[in-house]
Amino acid sequence: MNRKMKQALAFATFRLLGVLVVGVLFSILGFIIYNGAGVINWKFLSASPEEGMSAGGIFPAIVGTLWLIAGSIAIAFPIGVMSGIYIHEYLGNRWIVKVIRVMTNNLGGIPSIVFGLFGMALFVHAFGFGDSILAGSFTLGLLVLPLIIRTTEEALKAIPDTYRAGSYALGAGKLQTIFRVTLPVALPNIITGLILSIGRVSGETAPILFTVAAYFLPRLPSGIFDQVMALPYHLYVIATSGTDIEASRPMAYGTALVLVMIVFMMNLLATVSRLRLGKKTKMD
Amino acid sequence: MIETKHVDFYYSSFHALKNISMMMEERTVTALIGPSGCGKSTFLRLFNRMNDLIDDTRVSGECLIDGEDIYSKSVAVDELRKRVGMVFQKPNPFPKSIFENVAYGLRVNGTRDRSFIARRVEDSLRAAALWEEVKDKLRESAFALSGGQQQRLCIARALAVSPSVLLMDEPASALDPISTSKIEELIASLKQDYTIVIVTHNMQQAARVSDKTGFFMMGELVEFGDTKKIFSDPVNEQTRNYVNGRFG
Repeated sequence: MNRKMKQALAFATFRLLGVLVVGVLFSILGFIIYNGAGVINWKFLSASPEEGMSAGGIFPAIVGTLWLIAGSIAIAFPIGVMSGIYIHEYLGNRWIVKVIRVMTNNLGGIPSIVFGLFGMALFVHAFGFGDSILAGSFTLGLLVLPLIIRTTEEALKAIPDTYRAGSYALGAGKLQTIFRVTLPVALPNIITGLILSIGRVSGETAPILFTVAAYFLPRLPSGIFDQVMALPYHLYVIATSGTDIEASRPMAYGTALVLVMIVFMMNLLATVSRLRLGKKTKMD
Repeated sequence: MIETKHVDFYYSSFHALKNISMMMEERTVTALIGPSGCGKSTFLRLFNRMNDLIDDTRVSGECLIDGEDIYSKSVAVDELRKRVGMVFQKPNPFPKSIFENVAYGLRVNGTRDRSFIARRVEDSLRAAALWEEVKDKLRESAFALSGGQQQRLCIARALAVSPSVLLMDEPASALDPISTSKIEELIASLKQDYTIVIVTHNMQQAARVSDKTGFFMMGELVEFGDTKKIFSDPVNEQTRNYVNGRFG
């Protein structure tokens, strides 16, 4: 086989694999849309579940998931970004950085159910938050913290030191340099971490299982100490343990579709803001 | 006036500058020349203490600006860097608008007065011979400018905080010949108001722009004197070889 043929074969293989990946994605999406689109109407989006969750809507679960996204990001994003800044801009190359990095990577590798258990022990019981949005948000926040720290660190690493030097040479301090030069340039990449975190938070079931999620709660939460329904858990419930699983199956597909749509819209929003920010602060 | 007395500098165990004593008069241009790694850039960065940013470095001896030892404890580094501006080898404007690049030094130093900032930005851009080219697009990104314009913008940025000394680290080495000659003209006009120290690899440039020249080799100041003398009739054999292009 000559070189040209080998190359053609290699390219064909790569192309095939690429198509395969996209194909899998689209078949999942298509499957969910095919099965779920029929259920979705205004009532489904705006009403509470009825008749053993085989009818009615999923409004409380949508609201619950949005609460958990907002809560966990509000906790994890500032802490994660500040940790990333501290690690990269202040600690620099010290040995402790390697230790922290190994630790955060390990933290990111812990199974989410373990986070759930830990969250229950710490936030629900020890801190006395009870099964609540607050406890669930902290647990989910911990889960995505490593991701946010890591992307912040990487985003800062990508910024050439000449920017920092230029700022220092004008009499700027470290904090000024970080807030006026480094962070604005790094922000589009940090937002990528945010996007990934939102996707992760909205889809996780295990961490909310023991900390916030309600099996059936057909009303909106009264505050951050209240329980909520959440889409992934609701999906699990109606697919496995409703009173009439067959009857509630279409509801399950509808719920899955809504969940996917929420993640998709969050990603879209974050991507748009990332692009707009990126345009303003593009490097060369 | 800048003066160093018996300055030694170390990067951990590497002895980068050896017993340098030198004096630079006010409103003159001093060129620092020498082969790569000879210590001339390290020497330049002493004066705005940029070497402080590198871990595990040590300086001894005296480094005086207007009679004040800039390494004494009472000196605030950020105040020093306002008095001693710096232009880097590669143009490094911030990813901000042209206006904001020049205003940056004023803003970080707490200036709020908008009309004052606007005036200083214009004055600085004029002094850097860039005003005419950018006055209609001050809000555009600095990255839209050419390399030579970017470097003049960086000069304007340094001038905006009213320094008395300007350090230039091979400011034209990344530029084309036309941009280079513009920078050189600019240096000649800035000399009226600023004490300029410039590191350069370009012999002709040193000869064209400077009043005094210091030749560095392996961390030592081999010869220092009037530029004319250094280039026509140096005392030291190594200097003669270097300026005649026999090595380096």
